[in-house]
Amino acid sequence: MSIPADLKYTASHEWVKTNADGTVTVGITHHAQDLLGDMVFVENPVVGRTLAAGEECAVVESVKAASDVYAPIAGEVVAANADVEASPEAINQDAYAAWMFKLKPANSADVAGLLDAAAYQALVESEAH
Amino acid sequence: MLIFEHSRPHRAAHAQMPAHTADISDLPASLLRQDEPLLPQASEMDVVRHYTRLSQKNFSIDTQFYPLGSCTMKYNPRACNSLAMLPGFLARHPFAPAATGQGFLASMYELQEMLKDVTGMAGVSLAPMAGAQGEFAGVAMIRAYHDARGDHARREIIVPNAAHGTNPATAVMCGYTVREIPTDKEGAVDMEALQAAVGPHTAGLMLTNPSTLGVFEKNIQQIQKIVHDAGGLLYYDGANLNAILGRVKPGDMGFDVIHMNLHKTFSTPHGGGGPGAGPVGVAARLLPYMPVPVVARENGLYRLLVEGDIPATIGRMSANHGNAGVLLRAYIYARMLGAEGMHRVAEFATLNANYLLAELQKAGFDIAFPTRRASHEFIVTLKKLKDETGVSAMDFAKRLLDYGYHAPTTYFPMLVPECLLIEPTETESKETLDAFVTAMKTILAEAYATPDMVKGAPYTQPVRRLDDVKAARELDLVWQPAD
Amino acid sequence: MPFIPHTDADVTQMLAAIGAPSIDALFDEIPAALRSGKLTQVPEAMTEMEIDRLMQERAELDGRQLNFIGAGAYEHHIPAAVWQITTRGEFYSAYTPYQAEASQGTLQLIYEYQTMMASLTGMDVSNASLYDGGSALAEAVLMAVRAHKGAMRVLMPKTVSPLYRAVVRSMVKNQHIELVELDYDRVSGTTPVPTADMGDFAALVIPQPNFFGALEDVDALTDWAHAHGGRVIALTNPTSLALLKAPGQWGAQGADIVVGDGQPLGAPLANGGPYYGFMTCKQALVRQMPGRIVGRTVDLDGKQGFTLTLQAREQHIRRSKATSNICTNQGLVVTASTIYMSLLGPQGLKRVAAASHANTRSLLAQLCAIPGVKQAFSGHCFHEAVLQLDRPVAPVLAALQAQGILGGHDLGADYPELGNALLICATETKTAADLQRYAQQLSLALNNK
Ligand SMILES: Cc1ncc(COP(=O)(O)O)c(C=O)c1O
Repeated sequence: MSIPADLKYTASHEWVKTNADGTVTVGITHHAQDLLGDMVFVENPVVGRTLAAGEECAVVESVKAASDVYAPIAGEVVAANADVEASPEAINQDAYAAWMFKLKPANSADVAGLLDAAAYQALVESEAH
Repeated sequence: MLIFEHSRPHRAAHAQMPAHTADISDLPASLLRQDEPLLPQASEMDVVRHYTRLSQKNFSIDTQFYPLGSCTMKYNPRACNSLAMLPGFLARHPFAPAATGQGFLASMYELQEMLKDVTGMAGVSLAPMAGAQGEFAGVAMIRAYHDARGDHARREIIVPNAAHGTNPATAVMCGYTVREIPTDKEGAVDMEALQAAVGPHTAGLMLTNPSTLGVFEKNIQQIQKIVHDAGGLLYYDGANLNAILGRVKPGDMGFDVIHMNLHKTFSTPHGGGGPGAGPVGVAARLLPYMPVPVVARENGLYRLLVEGDIPATIGRMSANHGNAGVLLRAYIYARMLGAEGMHRVAEFATLNANYLLAELQKAGFDIAFPTRRASHEFIVTLKKLKDETGVSAMDFAKRLLDYGYHAPTTYFPMLVPECLLIEPTETESKETLDAFVTAMKTILAEAYATPDMVKGAPYTQPVRRLDDVKAARELDLVWQPAD
Repeated sequence: MPFIPHTDADVTQMLAAIGAPSIDALFDEIPAALRSGKLTQVPEAMTEMEIDRLMQERAELDGRQLNFIGAGAYEHHIPAAVWQITTRGEFYSAYTPYQAEASQGTLQLIYEYQTMMASLTGMDVSNASLYDGGSALAEAVLMAVRAHKGAMRVLMPKTVSPLYRAVVRSMVKNQHIELVELDYDRVSGTTPVPTADMGDFAALVIPQPNFFGALEDVDALTDWAHAHGGRVIALTNPTSLALLKAPGQWGAQGADIVVGDGQPLGAPLANGGPYYGFMTCKQALVRQMPGRIVGRTVDLDGKQGFTLTLQAREQHIRRSKATSNICTNQGLVVTASTIYMSLLGPQGLKRVAAASHANTRSLLAQLCAIPGVKQAFSGHCFHEAVLQLDRPVAPVLAALQAQGILGGHDLGADYPELGNALLICATETKTAADLQRYAQQLSLALNNK
């Protein structure tokens, strides 16, 4: 299972990467895409929207399931990846390359509060019983 | 080949249209259509042959055993159709005066009375056009009841996680939030979770009993008490009454409102997706809110009660009298069964389900809730098979098609992994059930011996396994002519 | 036990296999206190011969009258082949086509249906049906509000069927959606383009033809709604679309969602149902649509096939976040409609629409020649119109009924402002002699007081 050590994670299966400019990039994890199966649709939040931590802000859809994506931390949407909307299968091919949107954090310290790779790994294993 | 590919310019079914085009020159060009709609141009025989051939590509109850759980695919008596389609019934306009519809209205009134008896409820409205609409009417009545008492804090409907998807979707359409509660190891509502979930915010609980897991909710009396003590009302998803018809009445279990699917228990056809009918039954305290119309009998004559007659009604579910023709079919079926026949439906539906469960268990299948009696249906789980061979419930289901059986319901309820929800119904014979068990055994052996072969099934149908990922990614929802 | 095949020997063997002493024992998990259930209001069983006799008698009681009522349900000729094929067991007794490989008949038919409806309405996509016209309009209102993501108001002309408006109210009121009523012009019986500021709204509903049978200025209304940031929900009669401009062509951009009742396309009047609601829309809104949708794809061998698609919108997957709670729809009536449209074709449907229009005009001319009868509205109509009588409508209708004529729909209760108003309709099924008979009898009824 692929859980890169340099990313942060949420219990709802988003990954978060802090960029040099202070923004964060968000996507769904390899594990999440594996559960959902072949991705057929992605809807990103509109740029400019302000999100609260945990707010539903995007949707990923496979043939058999649909799942909401939640804002990992509070912030403003500064970019949305049109490429994954056009080719949702990119998430199946490489979930960490196929980012969904970028946030400008309301408080950049919030990222530190997210799960690290080890904690996320433990969470995934516990969910699998 | 599509019907459009049979089309030729200027070909037509000439007997079916007025002999010539009437004068429409009074209509201004700005209001008129300029292009020709893409409708087939074919002879009558082309059309008859095309759709007859299409019909032959379907599985149906009339041609195959169809043990689709939660769907009650029992025999649809032919008389129910032919008698509901008598000219006197078909020709009547819904706005024609009641005096010209006494035969239809009498049948509807009697159907209401029979359904009141079956459900043990104080009133029945036939208005909802399917189960989901019955649910909508039921939950809207719960809301109207709380609202009328000024009890606006009740914003939440509790739904067990085993519930049919229409339950949570309906609660949201009625403006409620949904709280899901878990199911315990025996397939019953988790009582601790229920106790923790109820409170002054609880509008009601939507419960299916027997549950979608195919078992009777043994703690129903306690559940009833917990919800009512908290001030909530109890909703019964009675889509499938096959296991309790004439055995237990939801009213006696303390339910306040119920919908039933006549297109299941009362054998009206599924028609490849509908139409159905989802009448609602209500306890006395919800009578003022029933959806209109309701049929009344006054001085020996029947008439429709509408908004003015039931002023607090939640309103209308359809412009007219719901799915009237479906209701007529259900009425005819109910009269043919009679009281004794209804009791026997539950007996033999339950006998068939428990027999099939016993035989499949002997054949090596894992039963999801082996300590429980089956109601009208039960669940086989193929988790072990999937882990050992990679053959999934879906693969198994597709292979059954090759043996001439419609697949059981797969992947519902979602909480049982790799599940097959099997409902034989009372109208199937022992021979049919035995032959089905033989096919299931054969496929189980195939799955271990040649898993890839099973994963490639079906092989005998008009098409092989379809690419539903392509269907969703590259949407092709309407046909476009080549040029 | 009319439809149960078991012999006593079967029962004995089956109970032995289960290990249960009796059928009753199979119900042992039901608490004893609840095991009553005796049915007292259900009569004794009837054989097919007996029920046949009863239903024949009841159907005759409801015998045939010469019908001039429309108001949302229309009497049209239905080719014999339509219901003969529709009630073949393979269509009639199949479930929803979840197992695509074993349901190609139903699935291909729905794909063909979607194609026909999209073309008829001038839209990109169609769903597989909703319950009826009224509930389809309610779903369109919910869909427009969902898609707008802001305004919770929808503009609803009074020229929309009062029953449809009642259905919409029942279905949207708990979600706090405001339905803003638009009044109509008393001279033309149509909806004027609003001149006042209507505030933010998610959609404007435009009925064409409207409930009075009158033709709205659809181009101007459509452009106005779009200019003010709202979408357009067209409510149409599908027969009329063989003749009238498709909603996709209304105004500069066309309507966004089109709904209506499919009954005129092959469903008998039948006391009000089953009919079906149709819904088509622009491509951009497809994921907001409620209900089932069929797509064309390929199988493992690359061969064309059909399957339900976009199911992640629906309740069985999306549960509380579904676009609607609808599950079972009106599939069999759609089957009938698809065969009906195939038999009529573009030419046939146009002739039906034109004949209905011409018959209604001819009837209007004859009736309005009777003293005490005049047409309520100026302007064009499709196949319905409103008459104004010089006295209350109910006794006149009763007198006509005594002569075997259903003379129309009394508008008094829903539109008291119109006085003694009667909505009439003459479809292609009416002969010149039928029209004359109505005129004669109305004349008699009015002279006799
Ligand atoms: C348990 C249960 N509840 C509700 C429904 C919904 O009924 P309908 O499809 O008629 O809307 C169904 C059937 O599909 C069901 O099985």
